[in-house]
Amino acid sequence: MKTVYLDNNATTQVAKEVLESMLPYFSEYYGNPSSMHTFGGQVAQKIRVAREQVAALIGASPDEIIFTSCGTESDNAAIRSALAIRPDKKHIITSRVEHPAIRALCAHLATQGYRITELPVDKNGLLDLENLDKSLTPDTAIVSLMWGNNETGVIFPVEEAAAMAHEKGVLFHTDAVQSTGKIPIYLKNNAIDMLSISGHKLHAPKGIGVLYIRKGTKFSPFLIGGHQERERRGGTENTPSIVGLGKACELAAKNMDKENKEVKRLCDKLERELLKRIPQSRVNGDTANRLPNTTNISFEFVEGEAILLLMNEHGICASSGSACTSGSLQPSHVLRAMGVPFTMAHGSIRFSLSIYNTEAEIDFVIEKMPPIIERLRSMSPYWNTSQQTCKSQ
Amino acid sequence: MWEYTDKVKEHFLNPHNVGEIENPDGEAEVGSLACGDALKLTFKLDENKKIKEAKFKTFGCASAIATSSALTDIIKGMTLEEALKVSNQDIANYLGGLPQEKMHCSVMGKQALEKAIENYKGAPSTEPGAKIICECFGVTDKEIERAVRENNLSTIEDVTNYTKAGGGCGRCHDAIQQIIDTVRSEPKSSAQPQLTNIQKIRMIEETIEREIRPSLKHDGGDIDLIDVVGNRVIVATRGACAVCQASDITLKHFVEQRLKELVSPDITVEEASK
Repeated sequence: MKTVYLDNNATTQVAKEVLESMLPYFSEYYGNPSSMHTFGGQVAQKIRVAREQVAALIGASPDEIIFTSCGTESDNAAIRSALAIRPDKKHIITSRVEHPAIRALCAHLATQGYRITELPVDKNGLLDLENLDKSLTPDTAIVSLMWGNNETGVIFPVEEAAAMAHEKGVLFHTDAVQSTGKIPIYLKNNAIDMLSISGHKLHAPKGIGVLYIRKGTKFSPFLIGGHQERERRGGTENTPSIVGLGKACELAAKNMDKENKEVKRLCDKLERELLKRIPQSRVNGDTANRLPNTTNISFEFVEGEAILLLMNEHGICASSGSACTSGSLQPSHVLRAMGVPFTMAHGSIRFSLSIYNTEAEIDFVIEKMPPIIERLRSMSPYWNTSQQTCKSQ
Repeated sequence: MWEYTDKVKEHFLNPHNVGEIENPDGEAEVGSLACGDALKLTFKLDENKKIKEAKFKTFGCASAIATSSALTDIIKGMTLEEALKVSNQDIANYLGGLPQEKMHCSVMGKQALEKAIENYKGAPSTEPGAKIICECFGVTDKEIERAVRENNLSTIEDVTNYTKAGGGCGRCHDAIQQIIDTVRSEPKSSAQPQLTNIQKIRMIEETIEREIRPSLKHDGGDIDLIDVVGNRVIVATRGACAVCQASDITLKHFVEQRLKELVSPDITVEEASK
């Protein structure tokens, strides 16, 4: 059975060019970039190139890039650094829809004496910046808001938010794991202090990430060890992955136009056709301010895990915000923050595309989805009957 | 990805008895959309008061659909008395087991069955004096008590897996712990449910596998279950146990003790003649 992979916000396929660029650094060029000899030094040379490639994709300078092991490490490093350089400040502002890398970290910090403000979102998943303005206090150490939401694709106005934080002298970090490579980012033109990237979301391998730190921003390292990354991140460089990430960033820059035209066209087509063919379905999240590759659709009166397993029978991969797939008993925190009704939240499916998806694949999914939903609805006691509510309400 | 057995997958992909019986003898609806799963069960009796037909409609995940399908298969042909003896564990066993986190699906099946039988008998559908403990999922103290008692649960996490209680905001965790403590301090014998032969044999096997064999293996020994005759459990010792002078003592003091404790106080253990 052929796999139709529409789960690219979870992880992506390593690009062929990326893999090829990496292979020599496992075998031939295995030297340590910190070594004095040419054998190792030539690898350092290649890391320099990768740093330039990453910087070019996000409009930064190479010396503002540090390589980490993943997006989660970058997020942790950013927040903990902000707290370490201003130990007098005990307040963090974030949002209710952040990735667990920020959300769980903040929940942990809340037990360590920090005060956390989670900004709300509206029913379309959008942020009201007035709330940010009102929440900034002299005690605020850092504001961390994601650029693109992993579940809905909704884009936050992080550049305006960063300017707002700066006006009050507060550091600003953004988790740009989902937006990097999908929408243009130019850090020379905004006030963002720190930004996190994850390699495996843009066709580089898993286990490599980036933390951008604006020049002049004080930084306290998260991993302390050797002098690597100019003493901002200890640990011998993951050279093959760094080389691969550089290549992936170069490709992303080249494919940005395709992402925003072709991928967006396919994603919009998928969304339009499913909404047309399947009654009582709706999109979660603002469709105007959204990543080009993501659509989150709810099918009322059916449950997400069951939908995913039937899709799986056709080789179609996606994810869901239902309780049974969220690892808890409640639907996704993102959908709940948006106030998506339970009848809809349990039946939400996220489709996330990449440049490797084809029109034929999208047509296949458009054809397979309606009977899947129909089949589950025919088993559902709520279909064709009036809406029920929880007995506790 | 949940680890479902082939039987669960089979019942999810090709569920039996989907639908709703018109003019049923008994019917019940449990769960809700907000909670993420719901089951509507209907049944009809034949002239001998046995369940002739049972159908379900379920909103929920794969295991919710599979347990509903299994439940309807199990109860067909049973009298209502027999059906009432079906436990949530029986439903899970029928499917070759369920992931811990999904055990609440089997509890939902059991609840629907009881409510549908009550509905047939015209009995009140809510237990008298029940108090809602978990506001998020609308779970009562009686429901939690039963799940703890019947499935021998010991932690809040267990209770959440079996009833969903405590899986939302978490404010009821203290109350759940209190119920666990109360139930677990009850004298065992009165709480011991009557076991069918099949259930007893299965429990003996499970207890040997889980509680007894690892300890024996630690000392290089092993044990095989040969037969169960009434309350007489006949076993054969293997490995180091087979040649050990003290194996009689092991059988009486360890194996029998564990089985008495975990399966039934009436059990005796004998060694098969060599």
